[in-house]
Amino acid sequence: MAPVRDVAIVAFAQSDHLRRTDEVSEVEMVMPVLHQVLSRTGLKTSDIDFTCSGSSDYLAGRAFSFTMALDGVGAWPPISESHVEMDGAWALYEAWVKILTGEADTALVYSYGKSSPGQVRDVLTRQLDPYYLAPLWPDSVALAALQAQALIDAGDTDEPALAGIAARSRTSASDNPHAQLRGARAQGDYQVRPLRTGDCPPVGDGAAAVILAAGDRARELCARPAWIRGMDHRIEAHSLGVRDLTDSPSTRLAAERAGAFDRPVDTAELHAPFTSQEVVLRKALKLDDTVAVNPSGGALAANPVMAAGLIRLGEAAARIHDGTSHRALAHATSGPCLQQNLVAVLEGEAQ
Amino acid sequence: MPELLSAPLVVEFPFTRSLGPVQSAFLTGLRERTLLGVRTTDGKVLVPPVEYDPVTADELRDLVEVAPTGTVTTWAWNPTPRRDQPLDTPFAWVLVKLDGADTALLHALDAPDADSVHTGQRVRVRWSEERTGAITDIACFEPYEGETGEVTPHEGRFTDMVTGIVAPARLDYTYSPGRAQTRYINALADQKTVGERCPSCRKVYVPPRGACPTCGVATTDQVEVGPAGTVTTYCIVNIKARNLDIEVPYVYAHIALDGAGLALHGRIGGIPYDEVRMGLRVEPVWTEGGRYPDHYRPTGEPDAAYDTYKELI
Repeated sequence: MAPVRDVAIVAFAQSDHLRRTDEVSEVEMVMPVLHQVLSRTGLKTSDIDFTCSGSSDYLAGRAFSFTMALDGVGAWPPISESHVEMDGAWALYEAWVKILTGEADTALVYSYGKSSPGQVRDVLTRQLDPYYLAPLWPDSVALAALQAQALIDAGDTDEPALAGIAARSRTSASDNPHAQLRGARAQGDYQVRPLRTGDCPPVGDGAAAVILAAGDRARELCARPAWIRGMDHRIEAHSLGVRDLTDSPSTRLAAERAGAFDRPVDTAELHAPFTSQEVVLRKALKLDDTVAVNPSGGALAANPVMAAGLIRLGEAAARIHDGTSHRALAHATSGPCLQQNLVAVLEGEAQ
Repeated sequence: MPELLSAPLVVEFPFTRSLGPVQSAFLTGLRERTLLGVRTTDGKVLVPPVEYDPVTADELRDLVEVAPTGTVTTWAWNPTPRRDQPLDTPFAWVLVKLDGADTALLHALDAPDADSVHTGQRVRVRWSEERTGAITDIACFEPYEGETGEVTPHEGRFTDMVTGIVAPARLDYTYSPGRAQTRYINALADQKTVGERCPSCRKVYVPPRGACPTCGVATTDQVEVGPAGTVTTYCIVNIKARNLDIEVPYVYAHIALDGAGLALHGRIGGIPYDEVRMGLRVEPVWTEGGRYPDHYRPTGEPDAAYDTYKELI
C-alpha cells in the first residue's frame, strides 16, 4: 500500500557510543543528541508536532526513566508525546503513522540505552517467555549461538565466513566516528560456541535521534530528504523451537510490504547484533554483493540496546542526505533470534 | 570534577503468574515426570505446549504424552555458565525435539565437552530431585543411546494441579547518578543543599538532574539554596510503611527552600501533625552521620505570605 502522504527523515544525530558513560545520567547523555538533531533543521521543541521515544528501564535498572529523559526535550508548553518500550525504530514507526494520519507534520524521534550499569546478557533474559524460558536464564549470546549452529548445520555459513562478517563490519566502522569498535580485531575466544567475541556486539551506551517531516515541510528542512517509501514490521512465534532459525520470514514479509523488492536498493543498514544474524537477513532480503551492507559498521561496531535499530534508519537516511545512496533499506530487530523485524525503504529524489 | 559516585543496585522481583489449562497441565506433568504436548488442528504436536496455535491462532486443548527421550536440533556450548542457569559446570544449550513432538524445547545438556555434542544427538531428560511444577523440574538433558519413545493420549489431569508459578528474578547493577546528581549528593555530605540554574529561564532546580525540563537545556550554575524554606503543600500520612521507623500520623510536605525554583519533598517534625500549615517556615534537621536531612522543623519565623510561594506549589 502506498503511503497517503510523503514523509521523510530530514535529520539524524547520534552520540559517540561508549563502553561506559558513568559521568552522565540518561538525560545528560540524550540531551546533546536532541540539541544536535534540532539544530540541523533549525527547529525548536515548540515547532515539533509529535515526539516519540524508545528505551527500556531494565537496562539501567531505573523505573520510568523515559520520563526523566524527557527533561532533555523540554516539555513546556505541553507537547504531544509517546514512548515505546522497544527500540527507537518502533518509535519512528509510530511517529510515521502519526504523520500519515495528518495528526502531525513534524516529529522528533529519539532513543537511548545505557547497558553499562547492568549485565545486558542477563537483563535481556527478562524479555523471554516467563514460563518456559526465563527461569532457565538463557542469555542473548546463547540464543544467538543456537541460531548460528543451526545455520552452520544447514550449510548457510561457517566460522571463517562469520569472522569475515565481523572483520568487514568493523573495518567499515573505521570511518564512523561514533562507533564503539573501529577497525578489525581478533575474533577472540568462544563466548558461547560457535560464537566468538568477534561475532558478538560490543556492550555500550548511546543515544540517537531523527526528525521526520511531511511533504514540502521536509523540503524546507533538508536539501535532500530521505523519503520513506514504505515501512512495515512483522513478528514471529516467540518460541525458538517452533521457528526455523535459519530463516526470517517476518523480515521477508516486512520487506515485501515495505516495497523493498520492487526495485534494487544500493545500501542496506541491517540491525544484526551477531554476525550469524547478517547471514539470515541477507538471505531473507535477497541482498547480493552489489549492495553496500552496513557501511556504518552496523551493530557489531556499536550496539546501544534500544537505539541500535533507530541508528540503522538514521544511517541509511544520512547516506541519502549526502547523496551517497539513492535507495536504501533499513532494518531493525527486537526479541530473541530476530523475532521481530522492521524494514523501511528510503529514497532520495533524482538530483 | 570530584570522583563520580557509584553504588551497587539490586532489583529483585518475584512475579506471581497464573497458568492457563495447557500450561497448568504441562508444568504439573513435569512434577509427575510426565511430558505433555498439545496437538494442533493439523496434527502437529507442540512441546512445550501452548494454548493457541502459533500459525492459525486456533485454541489448542488436545493434550498428548510424549517421551522423555529426544533428538538435539541445534546446540551451543556454554563454557562459562552464568548465575541461575541450569548447570554450574560448562554445558550445552540445546533445542530438543522430544520423541513424538514436532517442535523443540530449550534446555541444558550435561555433557563433558563441546566435542561430545552434535546436532542429531540422542538425549533424555534428567529429572530434578525436588520438583514443584516448573520448567526447572527438568534438571537438564543427558546423552542417551536407547529406544525411541511413543506418543499416547493424556487427559492432562493430575491430583493437586499446579495453577501458578512464582518466577523470582534478580538483576544486579552498578548505579552512577551522573554529574549533576553527584554534585548534589556531594554537597549534601557537607550539609548543604545545592540546586542548578537553567541558563534560559533562570529557574533553580533542586534536586538538580542536569536538565531544565521546561527549556530542554543543561542546567549550569550551582546555587546553594536554603537552609530554611516554606511548606507549600502537605499531606498527613496514616499508613505505616514497612521497614520505616516513623510513627504515624506524620506530615509529608513540599518544601520550597529559599532561593529554589521548585519545591522538594520532606517530612515535617518537631510540631504536632495537625498544626502543620501551608506557609510554615521550616529548616532541615540533620542526624549524626546522616547523608540528607532527616526531617524539617519549624524555624519559629512568622508564616510566609501566600503570594511569596504560590508559584511553587
